[in-house]
Amino acid sequence: MSWVDDWGLTLTTFLPALGVVVLMFLPNRETLVKITGTVFAGLALIAGILCAVRFDYSRGDQIQLKVDATWIETIGARYHVGVDGMSLPLLLLSVLVCFLCMVYMWWHIPEPGKTKAFFALVLLLETGMNGTFVALDLILFFIFFELVLVPMYFMIGIWGGPNRDYASVKFFLYTLFGSIFMLLGFLALWIHSGAETFDMIALRETTGNASELFQNLVFLGLFLGFAIKVPMWPFHTWLPDAHTEAPTVGSVLLAAVLLKMGTYGFIRIALPILPDAAVTFAPVIGILAVIGIIWGSLCCFAQTDLKRLIAFSSVGHMGFVMLGIATLTDRGINGAIFGMVAHGLITGMLFFLAGSIHERYHTREIADLGGVLKQIPRFGSVFSFAAIASLGLPGLAGFWGEMLALLGAYQPAPGLNVELFRVLMVIGGIGTVLTAGYLLWMIQRVNLGSVPDRFASGKGVFDVERLEWVSWVPLLLLIVVAGFYPALLTNVTADAVGGLAGIFGA
Amino acid sequence: MTQPSVDWHALAPEIVLASAACLVLVADLFLPRNAKWIAMPLSAAGIIGTLAAVVSLINTETTTLAGTFEVDAFSLLFKGLFCILGLIILAISFHYFRAGSYYQGEYYFLLLCSLFGGLVIASARDLISLFIALELISIPGIIMVALRKGDAKSNEGALKFFLFSVLSSAVMLYGMSLVYGVTGSTILSEIRSSIGSADEPLVVLSVFFVVVGFAFKISAVPFHFWAPDTYEGAPSPVAAFLSTASKIGGFVGLLVLMFKAFPEVADAWAPAFAVLAALTMTVGNLIALRQQHVIRLLAYSGIAQSGYILVCLALINPENPAANDQAFAAAVIYLAIYGIMDLGAFAAAVAFARRGGSYFISDYAGLWQRSPALALLFGGFLISLAGAPPMAGLIAKLFVFAATIEAEVYWLAIVMGVNTVIAAWYYLAVIKKMFFETPELDEQVEVPYLMTAAMGLAAALLVVLLVYPPLLTNLADRSVF
Repeated sequence: MSWVDDWGLTLTTFLPALGVVVLMFLPNRETLVKITGTVFAGLALIAGILCAVRFDYSRGDQIQLKVDATWIETIGARYHVGVDGMSLPLLLLSVLVCFLCMVYMWWHIPEPGKTKAFFALVLLLETGMNGTFVALDLILFFIFFELVLVPMYFMIGIWGGPNRDYASVKFFLYTLFGSIFMLLGFLALWIHSGAETFDMIALRETTGNASELFQNLVFLGLFLGFAIKVPMWPFHTWLPDAHTEAPTVGSVLLAAVLLKMGTYGFIRIALPILPDAAVTFAPVIGILAVIGIIWGSLCCFAQTDLKRLIAFSSVGHMGFVMLGIATLTDRGINGAIFGMVAHGLITGMLFFLAGSIHERYHTREIADLGGVLKQIPRFGSVFSFAAIASLGLPGLAGFWGEMLALLGAYQPAPGLNVELFRVLMVIGGIGTVLTAGYLLWMIQRVNLGSVPDRFASGKGVFDVERLEWVSWVPLLLLIVVAGFYPALLTNVTADAVGGLAGIFGA
Repeated sequence: MTQPSVDWHALAPEIVLASAACLVLVADLFLPRNAKWIAMPLSAAGIIGTLAAVVSLINTETTTLAGTFEVDAFSLLFKGLFCILGLIILAISFHYFRAGSYYQGEYYFLLLCSLFGGLVIASARDLISLFIALELISIPGIIMVALRKGDAKSNEGALKFFLFSVLSSAVMLYGMSLVYGVTGSTILSEIRSSIGSADEPLVVLSVFFVVVGFAFKISAVPFHFWAPDTYEGAPSPVAAFLSTASKIGGFVGLLVLMFKAFPEVADAWAPAFAVLAALTMTVGNLIALRQQHVIRLLAYSGIAQSGYILVCLALINPENPAANDQAFAAAVIYLAIYGIMDLGAFAAAVAFARRGGSYFISDYAGLWQRSPALALLFGGFLISLAGAPPMAGLIAKLFVFAATIEAEVYWLAIVMGVNTVIAAWYYLAVIKKMFFETPELDEQVEVPYLMTAAMGLAAALLVVLLVYPPLLTNLADRSVF
């Protein structure tokens, strides 16, 4: 098994890309394509699990399964990959959700079909996402970060809803804009390092003597790139459009994994490399995060489209994650990572459900729906379960992230304004109430009440299918497990987060 | 006066290519009308032979012909690039010219002559051979543009190209004569050593004229007006040639001149290039936003892309040699990747226009349903031009950005960043047409195997260069003067 130490992460990252190449040269036969796509996603999942098995959890703060090879010599960029306690959970989330999406796609491919292209795009996307979480070299990170643009753009543009042109281009340009400034920030770090290295770990040692202005400017560049990806208020406007128009699997991947690339960028790159600037920017990030929480929740009340509602709820949830990060504390950042994973599981699940509702009722208008629980009880139960998990009921995964983030805000890292963060905590707390409000209201309107006349015949309205169960059960189980036994996750992240929070003296 | 010694091995690529050109011209005389196409495989064989000669010279560093001709990593890299581009151009020309059945032999002869100019310019190390090589690239180009004799646009394009070309040559020659007057030599290395002590205003004036002359050749704003009309009127494989190999030839000449002859006076010309670069990419991109004709779109996009390469020249600062090397390598990398991806995009446009003959972007609607492979390749090249993975356009931009930051010219980095986003808009507009809309016609667009193979080769090269950039970047690093 020692080969996993050298090859595990590389395989996890590039097996899906290999799948794309294989798919390209396969004849266009539906079943063959589906099997091949699923096999490669499955192999990546297995490779990811093997990595998790080989990972030494007692040394979670160390980079493990590391590969550091020469790559672009002339500028000092290296093929440097590895995982620690912060990135491993996200990597596992990515490989799991991608595989479940593959299973779901056996059941359903939206118009206009084109199975082969759809599977290939999901695999390409997976390479980009996995690579982002394992890369320890800024250039490598940048390429993987950019790699997700193209497949997601095509996924929205080809299989998306009526307004897909607008949504796909907006997604692409917005993200591209952010990532260019992020790249400029990376390059500035590289020049400043003197050693001309893009190594994320080594760069931590080099910024200590940098001027305040330099640190702040570079942080601003990185902030733009990551904040757009998260997305933080006020850079969030691409998200509802992209989510609403994207096909089910696209929305799931976007919510479950893609958004985490932004928050992960903060804790992996921006905070440890530019700690002084992070302290300067933390209040701004905290304020924007809380505005996002309230703004996202209020917008949810006004939505008539089920998917758009879930999309705006993402803005709110990611606001909690960013608030946790902004506290720069052990608790807050642990909470943020917990929130990322929980949001990935829960919101991914909700988007699956929204897609399946559309398959059954051919509408996502909340006003047109009703009595789902009565008509298809198992489906309705799952829907209620996911919505309640999303509102942060204690005992389910959604609770811990929000709780820890708010708790972190009570006592932020030294050097931060305690009063400000306590105010933010209170406002964030109000946000949790709003969250509960719109989600319960959603359950009430969609799940409860009487079945509208047009669906009364029950034609085409079927309960949860077998393949749906297969793709959903792992998520549902993990939501419960993470809720009841949060230490499962926090034990993995604690050491690594402790090291990060240690920089800020908390 | 003694006869200069000649290193025949160093000249081998040029000799092979020139012989092939002559062979093609003579063979054409004896070929029956329906067998004129044989000129194309003959030319291909000639280019492959040239490539073999280039490969045989790897790791050679030598000068010959009294110091006017140098073989080094830089010249070999570009000779190799010209050969690869030449082969792809042959592949996209074959069906086009055979179907039109006009002037096949002449066309291939002219194309080889132009490529010969490209090979020479990569090695030219004095003003005269530099100038002659540059004219060798453009004059056959003018004739090639006019090959569609019956078409008024072709004639218009050729005339514009001719007039601008002659004008720019005159301006450049005037500048070169001033340089000779100031320094007393035409050999670049000798110019370099004596120009620092020369009369400054005169030096600035002469460099200015030379730069303006080159700016016409590489269609930098505001000297770009001929390019879109010429590309549109020309037979489209010729437009592909002008936008890639010919333009790269101009850039190679510019790089040689600026780095071999004028580096000591970079203070005088680098700021001019900064303005030129910012203008070129911004104007090129903004006008490209409005284009409906795919060749004109590619023409303006090509202008904007030149802007990114000009940035590298704007970064030169005599005080900072390490940053200069980085900028030079970035220019080389950008040129190589640009050549391949832009040629790929042109090839796709030619392939699409072969049936039905349309160049309008609106006719690309739903191309994905009509020809998945063509749409995928074209889309890939456009994405690469926009600077996103999974092809190497990103690497090219990365190196230019890195050089800009290293030289601490931050405002240009910002201008470039904003331009990248603007450019993505129009590349995506074409992709949107091809992939997101439903076709008006169901008829399949058939692409000849030869063209698919050429585009596939370009695409594969670009993917490999993204995954493993050192293949190019190490060469570029070694080619720094």
